[in-house]
Amino acid sequence: MGKFIELVKRDLALAFRQGMDSLMVVAFFIIAVVLFPFGVGPEPSTLAKIAGGTIWVAALLSSMLSLERLFQTDHDDGSLELLALAPVPLEITVLAKVVAHWLTTGLPLIVTAPLLAVLMQLPSEGFLVLIAALLLGTPTLSLIGAVGAALILGSRRGGVLLSLLVLPLYIPILIFGVSAVDAAIFDQSVRPHLVFLAALLVGALALTPWAAAAGLRQALE
Amino acid sequence: MHRFANPTRFLKIAAAVQPWMAGLTIILFGTGLYMAFFTAPPDYQQGESIRIMYVHVPAAWMGMFCYAAMAVASAVALIWKHPLADVAAKATAPVGAAFTFLSLATGSLWGKPMWGTWWVWDARLTSMLILLFLYIGYMALQGAFDDRTRGAKASAVLALVGAVNLPIIKFSVDWWNTLHQTSSFMKQGGPSMPPEMWIPAVVMAVAFKTYYVWVLLVRIRQELTANKVRILRLKQVHGG
Amino acid sequence: MSQFLDFHFNGDNLVCVRSERTVFRGLTFTVPAGGALTLVGPNGSGKSSLLRMMAGLLQPASGSMTWDGEDALNDMDVHGARLHYVGHHDAVKPVLTAAENIGFWARLRGGGDDTIQGALDVFDIKHLYDVPGRFLSAGQKRRVNLARIIAAPAPLWLLDEPTTALDKATIKRLEAAIQRHRDGGGMVVLSTHADVDTPGSQTLNLANFACSAPLDEHVMV
Repeated sequence: MGKFIELVKRDLALAFRQGMDSLMVVAFFIIAVVLFPFGVGPEPSTLAKIAGGTIWVAALLSSMLSLERLFQTDHDDGSLELLALAPVPLEITVLAKVVAHWLTTGLPLIVTAPLLAVLMQLPSEGFLVLIAALLLGTPTLSLIGAVGAALILGSRRGGVLLSLLVLPLYIPILIFGVSAVDAAIFDQSVRPHLVFLAALLVGALALTPWAAAAGLRQALE
Repeated sequence: MHRFANPTRFLKIAAAVQPWMAGLTIILFGTGLYMAFFTAPPDYQQGESIRIMYVHVPAAWMGMFCYAAMAVASAVALIWKHPLADVAAKATAPVGAAFTFLSLATGSLWGKPMWGTWWVWDARLTSMLILLFLYIGYMALQGAFDDRTRGAKASAVLALVGAVNLPIIKFSVDWWNTLHQTSSFMKQGGPSMPPEMWIPAVVMAVAFKTYYVWVLLVRIRQELTANKVRILRLKQVHGG
Repeated sequence: MSQFLDFHFNGDNLVCVRSERTVFRGLTFTVPAGGALTLVGPNGSGKSSLLRMMAGLLQPASGSMTWDGEDALNDMDVHGARLHYVGHHDAVKPVLTAAENIGFWARLRGGGDDTIQGALDVFDIKHLYDVPGRFLSAGQKRRVNLARIIAAPAPLWLLDEPTTALDKATIKRLEAAIQRHRDGGGMVVLSTHADVDTPGSQTLNLANFACSAPLDEHVMV
């Protein structure tokens, strides 16, 4: 556990000193959502209808932005080899890096989301559920993304390829995330939607570190 | 099992089986298409357009079947490092993608007379569309590395991740679909279908299967030959 | 006075396949406690591959490696803990100071920060203690990377071209460090183009294991 925290602390230190990454992700998130009123028109009723969906889609895309670098820099400078040889299971190392990734991208997105909800005229009943759904959903995005990030190491065209691999796998989270917000607005039970999001998170926690670690070992061969 | 692990023996068997598969495929397709077009009755609601079903449904089945086959082959390749499993998975992907595309195209053609539009976000069609994305991602990853063995291994992991995800995607799309209530043209089927309808459907499904086996054998043999050429080239470069 | 227990590290009949090419085969080696093994051979003969194989990063296509008579790669976490690997890259993070770089890897191996000063002193870079990695020259980065393996002791050192970018004086220091490590019962395997003076070292010429015969059936596929 001490070593797990050590790994998380290192990635956080790297992220903060390298600076801008989190801010850029948040900026992209805001811009992506702000584009929609220009696309569909500023009628409050139209915006309210698509608010949950646009915020979720933008969150999906933004959390993917920094994924490519999740293992890439460590792979390029030789750190990944040493991490694989450290007396810590590689699955745990993956998990630590995912936690750091979520803290530096997922969490800032969630903090920004209410602001965007206001801009998009999301009915106030949806606010809390949007936050809850993002809290349950964004860690799963980071976990699934880690598998893709591990698999593309050393490939040509990393970034575009990553989105091609990861986005289809994000669809269930998008569906349950948006349906939770919609349910809250239409005064239906939000529980089943959130339960599915939680189930996806638990499943991803159990399975994705193995797949990502397998991908990393292949990349190091 | 390791009797077939030997590529030389496999090639011998494949060469013997391949013409039979080709012949069987042609006969089954001939029979199936004849029945679908001429002996099967038109639907009382959908009329003649029901005949698209005889291609659409088997193609959709094959799209899913090929992904399952690919995942199994990938698992075998990863766990037992079976050299033919990699080749089989690689050879299956484009065939499966083609079937999936065919099911989407025929679904779209079927949709036009039914709904007056080329595309409806029907649960089945949407799932097939996502399946097509998974195939494309798999093939893109496979071709993205200079080292072919790395491409094969990475895409094998992706195939397994996709196979675990497919039921979840299917479930979530169905969930999404019931929330938004679109109609489906696939309400019939099952035991209520008369034999004049399900027999041609089954014949077509078997024809698609034998076609897959045939193409798979051709592609595996091609792949093995290409491997030999590449290894000879490597020997030239390294003088070994 | 022996720092490490009296272990020996063996490889038996190893075959290495890289990108569908058999690099070497039938390779056998023994490193006793306090022993050193120098790998020589032309480019592409598999010196780096053999070191990666010894580290467990690369799976042998066939053959086995044993540590004190037991399968060495059985538990990768155990194997990783007993070795230090120095590859082509120095794994020095540009935004972390030399001390932070070394300290992270030491803590990951259960060490503390108390050994950092001494490790830096071995390669005469005490003055770089709080200098961020981005200001270091190639030679200084290499010295930080070598100091890393001093900071947290492990019995087996795998050094791939450790003298790259090092000046004569530092090579002398490396030789002294290797000698101290061996005196304590440690083992060293290194590949080198420059001369590293390791008294009593065995030499393994990888050209002797090159694959000249027709390729194996399983490679041929």
